[in-house]
Amino acid sequence: MTKAIESIGIAKTFGPVKALENISFSVNESEIFGFIGPDGSGKTTLFRIITTLLLPDEGIMKVLGMNSTTDYKELRKNIGYMPGRFSLYQDLSVEENLNFYATVFGTTVKENYELISDIYSHIEPFKKRLAGKLSGGMKQKLALSCALIHKPRLLVLDEPTTGVDAVSRSEFWDLLGKLRQHNITIIVSTPYMDEAIRCDRVALIQNGKILSIDTPQKIREGFSRKLFTVKSAEKYKLIKTLRNNSDIMTAFPFGDSIHITLLNDKSVNSLSDYLRGKGITDAVISEAEPGIEDRFLELMEKGSTA
Amino acid sequence: MSDKVIYVKNLVKKFGNFTANDNLSFEVYAGEIFGFLGANGAGKTTAIRILSGLSKPTSGEVNIAGFDAYRETEKIKKNIGYMCQKFSLYEDLTVRENIILYGGIYGMTKSLIRERLSELLAKLRFQEYENRMISALPLGLRQKLAFSVAVLHEPKIVFLDEPTGGVDPITRRQFWESIYETASRGITVFVTTHYMDEAEYCDRISIMNEGKIVALDTPEKLKKQYDADSIEEVFIKIARP
Amino acid sequence: MKRFLGFVKKEFLHIFRDYRTLIILFGIPAAQILIFGYAVSTDLKNAGVAILDLSHDEITLRLTDKLMSSGFFKRTETLLNYSDIDQVFKKGNTKAVIIFEDDFGKNLVNENVAHLSIIADGSEPNIATLVTNYATAIVNDFTVEFAGPQLINIVRISPEVKMFYNPNLKSHFMFVPGVVTLILILICALMTSVTITREKEFGTMEVLLVSPLRPVQIILGKVMPYFLLSFLNVLLILALSWLVFGLPVKGSLLLLLVECMLYILMSLTLGILISTVSDNMQQAIFISLIGLMLPTVLLSGFIFPIENMPKIYDYVSSILPPRYFIVIIKNIMIKGTGIMYIWKETLILIIMTFIFVGLSVRNFKIRLE
Repeated sequence: MTKAIESIGIAKTFGPVKALENISFSVNESEIFGFIGPDGSGKTTLFRIITTLLLPDEGIMKVLGMNSTTDYKELRKNIGYMPGRFSLYQDLSVEENLNFYATVFGTTVKENYELISDIYSHIEPFKKRLAGKLSGGMKQKLALSCALIHKPRLLVLDEPTTGVDAVSRSEFWDLLGKLRQHNITIIVSTPYMDEAIRCDRVALIQNGKILSIDTPQKIREGFSRKLFTVKSAEKYKLIKTLRNNSDIMTAFPFGDSIHITLLNDKSVNSLSDYLRGKGITDAVISEAEPGIEDRFLELMEKGSTA
Repeated sequence: MSDKVIYVKNLVKKFGNFTANDNLSFEVYAGEIFGFLGANGAGKTTAIRILSGLSKPTSGEVNIAGFDAYRETEKIKKNIGYMCQKFSLYEDLTVRENIILYGGIYGMTKSLIRERLSELLAKLRFQEYENRMISALPLGLRQKLAFSVAVLHEPKIVFLDEPTGGVDPITRRQFWESIYETASRGITVFVTTHYMDEAEYCDRISIMNEGKIVALDTPEKLKKQYDADSIEEVFIKIARP
Repeated sequence: MKRFLGFVKKEFLHIFRDYRTLIILFGIPAAQILIFGYAVSTDLKNAGVAILDLSHDEITLRLTDKLMSSGFFKRTETLLNYSDIDQVFKKGNTKAVIIFEDDFGKNLVNENVAHLSIIADGSEPNIATLVTNYATAIVNDFTVEFAGPQLINIVRISPEVKMFYNPNLKSHFMFVPGVVTLILILICALMTSVTITREKEFGTMEVLLVSPLRPVQIILGKVMPYFLLSFLNVLLILALSWLVFGLPVKGSLLLLLVECMLYILMSLTLGILISTVSDNMQQAIFISLIGLMLPTVLLSGFIFPIENMPKIYDYVSSILPPRYFIVIIKNIMIKGTGIMYIWKETLILIIMTFIFVGLSVRNFKIRLE
């Protein structure tokens, strides 16, 4: 199977800032590949190199078998790009935006309609509305439709779910999943860790470096220690107390509990006594399966102390 | 029972024919961390602007830190802190200059400002950044600093509008630890967020949908009520019943 | 009070750290002083004068000599008959023609009265007024010298002053073409520069770049609608000038429209060029409006004649397109010339358009950096 994307040693610097350092990875055809990392990690810069909008300072970027630096003209016909902030024409209607992009790519809305029908059906009732007046979730769907309208081989989505409410985010990923059947390769970037499980494979990226690449499952399994959760009604007191305990290696709040790792796993047995001694009587301690975010935090900590 | 620092009864805000806030009623207590959730366009920003004294309600009772939202908006502004995602500190001023500026705006004495400045720098371990421009700081540090500046004058309530958007997971958690610490000092924290796991850090949360509050309780009780494992599930079940 | 001072201090810091604002604050007044000081000169210097001497005697030669050595005038041509007058004005270098009647000298000596005409180019009312005033003064001076104290009351040289093209010396003959020149370039450059930078600001440019559209297609696509709309604009402006000011189009209307469209095209492409060097709309507006307005108003010959400025301004002005268009539009509207007299200026505008398009296409980044 040919690779949809092959990145070898890509680096990019802006002035004193190293936006990307030694980025190497590959994406298979028809895969949904996610880049997970916070703002400033380099995701947008990387995507702009993939879509031929920026030239890398070092390394080679091969997209759909073509070189992104030299073959950009041909490449641009085969990529569907949805940058951050969606870039729709605010003063054109839903319909007009879609028609414009179809025409620019030399096709018509009718030609590839079945590709976007699932997505577009959500916003079709509003087709005369100006794009500027749509809600975040609807803009997202329109931008996706515009990116797909010319049936690209590669779909590049830069933070398509940022700032959008949880329900729309979930629906969006459902729609992406359905696109798989059309043999379109999809790369997505997101700061939301929980969206990683929706991808076939994921690259964790931080400060311009890739921390790990694998399937979400394998990344979770890469967690090097045992993970325990501690729950108590007094969240703040709990976390302060845990931090002061020398047996505890890491303690991070995670929603309704604190995720901890221990220097010596056996000391978990004496933990509830310790907590009771400090005035926390309702602590519930249990072992837990690490999630992607736990692994990400672990890798980040390693990265900063390394 | 602790003081009610925010008291809202039948709050309505209309823009022409459009009702952005439709009969909201709730109370928030001193030292509470209150999560204010809802989709974009649900009416959260409108409500926060009213609560922070930036706009007036169309009707209903609104009392912030003991002051009336119709007649005493200036007093409200003096007693609250505010931090929003888009803008918080002046990018072309240094850390020190921003703190001194805001201290002055809050009406703090010079010596108090100096005291808090060194406390803040020590707590955040920012000493090396004192004379650095905000634009040169990474996002996570900026947000942490912005929060500290918002509570520099120890207000009764601090309003945080999506304070951790796009920030890395470690910094996010550190941020929330400062929120905890602030709340333990008796300052009420009123926060909105799109991260559903952060909703669980709150003492109580409310969920807004189309101008109305459709849920208000502790995270645990809401999860039980909707038979959900996470607040995200609660959210989805409410929006798409 | 402390609050207030803290806030004021912040404002100072903002200003000093924004070097662009500082440039506006200090640079522009300084520039204005310099320009106004030198460019705006209401003195006359080396104005071109042609002589039609029908008498050719010692007195006319002396009077001519006096006029030419005054420093206010310089001799452009010697005409042989009346029919040359129209042509010499159309060429543009001559601001006034002085006509000595037949037997000027003889009439002055024998009858104590002689006639001369000063015919000025009315299409530039400012200069015309200056020229006629200065010339009349010199003639009067000469009369006093010639007559001597005893005969001063008897001897008279009466200069008859006439305006060519603009008999009533209406100032809007100068004004309206100049305003047309100014407005067209500002609006056109502004429109195209803003529309491109707006796409950059809203992020839609990114998606356009990644599409099959080529830069030249994007550029022409942006220019086309404004070009067509500006044509309607020109018709409107000309109609208004005629109806409200009574400004005629003495020459060919068709030629005028064609030249206007050329100028508009050039202005639109200038706007594109500006957009390639601007990052956002604010910069584009700043450069298009402020950057173009002052030089056009002050240095294009619109109000203040270029001839009166020091040479350096002349050089600066020569890269400004409005300078050439003003000549074209005045020539066609007021002097009624054909293409023959304005081909040079037209050619320059055409070349400028090509240069702007070429530079724009070259600058137009097919990538984001």
